Amino acid sequence: MNSKFQIQNLNFYFNSEKVLKEINLEIPANKILGIIGPSGSGKTTFLRSLNRMNDFEITSRIEGKILLDGKDIYNSDFDVVALRKKVGMVFAMPVALPMSIYENVVYGPKLDGINDKNKLSELVEKSLSAAYLWDEVKDRLKTSGMRLSGGQQQRLCLARVLAMEPDVILLDEPCSGLDPISTAKIEDALAQLKKEYTIILVTNNTKQAARVADNTAFFLMGEMIEVGVTKQIFTSPQKSETNDYITGRFG
Amino acid sequence: MRIHPRYIQRGAVAILGSATLLTILILIFIIFFVLEKGLPVISLHFLTDNPEDMGKAGGIFPTLIGTILLPLLALIIASPLGIFTSVYLSEFTKENNVTKIIRFGTDCLAGIPSIIFGLFGYIFFVVTLGFGWSILSGGLTLAVMVLPTIIRTSEEAIRAVPKSYREVSFSLGASRWQTVKKVILPNALPGIVTGVMLSIGRSIGETAAVIFTAGSSLRIPTSVFDSTRTMAVHFYILAREGISAENAYGTAATLIIAVLLVNLSAYWLMNRFIAKRN
Ligand SMILES: Nc1ncnc2c1ncn2[C@@H]1O[C@H](COP(=O)(O)OP(=O)(O)OP(=O)(O)O)[C@@H](O)[C@H]1O
Ligand SMILES: [Mg+2]
Repeated sequence: MNSKFQIQNLNFYFNSEKVLKEINLEIPANKILGIIGPSGSGKTTFLRSLNRMNDFEITSRIEGKILLDGKDIYNSDFDVVALRKKVGMVFAMPVALPMSIYENVVYGPKLDGINDKNKLSELVEKSLSAAYLWDEVKDRLKTSGMRLSGGQQQRLCLARVLAMEPDVILLDEPCSGLDPISTAKIEDALAQLKKEYTIILVTNNTKQAARVADNTAFFLMGEMIEVGVTKQIFTSPQKSETNDYITGRFG
Repeated sequence: MRIHPRYIQRGAVAILGSATLLTILILIFIIFFVLEKGLPVISLHFLTDNPEDMGKAGGIFPTLIGTILLPLLALIIASPLGIFTSVYLSEFTKENNVTKIIRFGTDCLAGIPSIIFGLFGYIFFVVTLGFGWSILSGGLTLAVMVLPTIIRTSEEAIRAVPKSYREVSFSLGASRWQTVKKVILPNALPGIVTGVMLSIGRSIGETAAVIFTAGSSLRIPTSVFDSTRTMAVHFYILAREGISAENAYGTAATLIIAVLLVNLSAYWLMNRFIAKRN
């Protein structure tokens, strides 16, 4: 199997509280992995440990290994900046930086030293189109990204990540607070994107996981209870907890 | 008996409102008092003529020069130092005992009376380094005096930049320095500029720290090693030695207008900057 990430015996602590427990998981390339589970089960924490955004939490501590393309990302000589360029992230709360739509999208590429106007414009159109936002903003690229609606900002954040041309895209509840039409747009985008990217999608909406994910993992109280092909997880889960959760019988 | 919340609210609003009114009245009274006595004295000649007879007659031209040069020098020295320090403290160090001590130290420094800075400036810049009573000594002393304020206000402005902006920037592959340059400084700038301007306002009106370090020469300076007299010092000498109450008020009025102009232009600049960003 062609795995992008290999997670081995991962434990994660905030202060002394163990938030992730003995997680072992292989994440295949060019597939969508859905992560479902109740609030507080550690989904966001798990996602943020994949691009080392948890490094900023001074009380946090991690054990175990996370290999990206076979290399341990927590190794002391691993380049964190390069990691974040390779593993892009869309946060649960969409945050447009206080600059124009255009500048938001080219933020990553410009850091990489791409300054050619034509190349940047091309990237902007390509990324915004892939995020299904281009038609709505093409006439006002110079206006502030903060003036967009919540759903548009969510797609702007996706476009901003796509413009970096990463390998992996981490999405933390990208459709929470979105209407069904915007949600459908994002889901369409994801279905297209998985041809080029490995996608990890955390969602509170089990139906969404059932619709778009190739594989699904179920998290509960810091443990990964079960992982498997989406269809199998939703039709014949191995564990009773999973069954309780997806059938909505969970407390 | 229970008082209805509506009446409590009315009472609170009344107290808050009167406090505001009182503050504004006091301010207006002071400014009005000085301007009323001073404005009639101000004329083009008053501003552009050299003083005669120790300031009894003539204008205040040299003190205008001194008042511009000293805060300017202080600004040039203190703002980069202060801003760099605050960026380093807030973005490149983890919160620990050392940063806490530094922060406590700057808070203490900010509360020290300016005459102590004057004394320090005299001993260190004037005597030990041998700069004499000069623009250089005065500017350096003012810089040291306003440094803590600039550091603290800049730090507050930097902290006010939402954490989420930093996270987004880092997640897009920015280094710390790139994040500072592209996201933090542009967003903190209005706050930083306000702090710097307040400091400049304070140093324009400073007397004690300046009189010990820049002296009180009424000659027009030709180098940074010349002594000079600021408007504040001029006012102090005119009033204290009973040289001329009239010219003292004229100087005071000019000083107030200068401070007002500095603050207004800072305000205008900031609004333009904010408008341009959005
Ligand atoms: N910065 C933090 N400091 C301390 N504890 C934290 C921090 N962030 C999360 N936690 C704790 O870690 C646990 C897992 O949180 P996490 O955000 O990963 O859950 P989640 O599955 O993403 O939940 P949700 O669906 O509500 O987003 C929770 O118990 C939470 O209280
Ligand atoms: Mg979460």
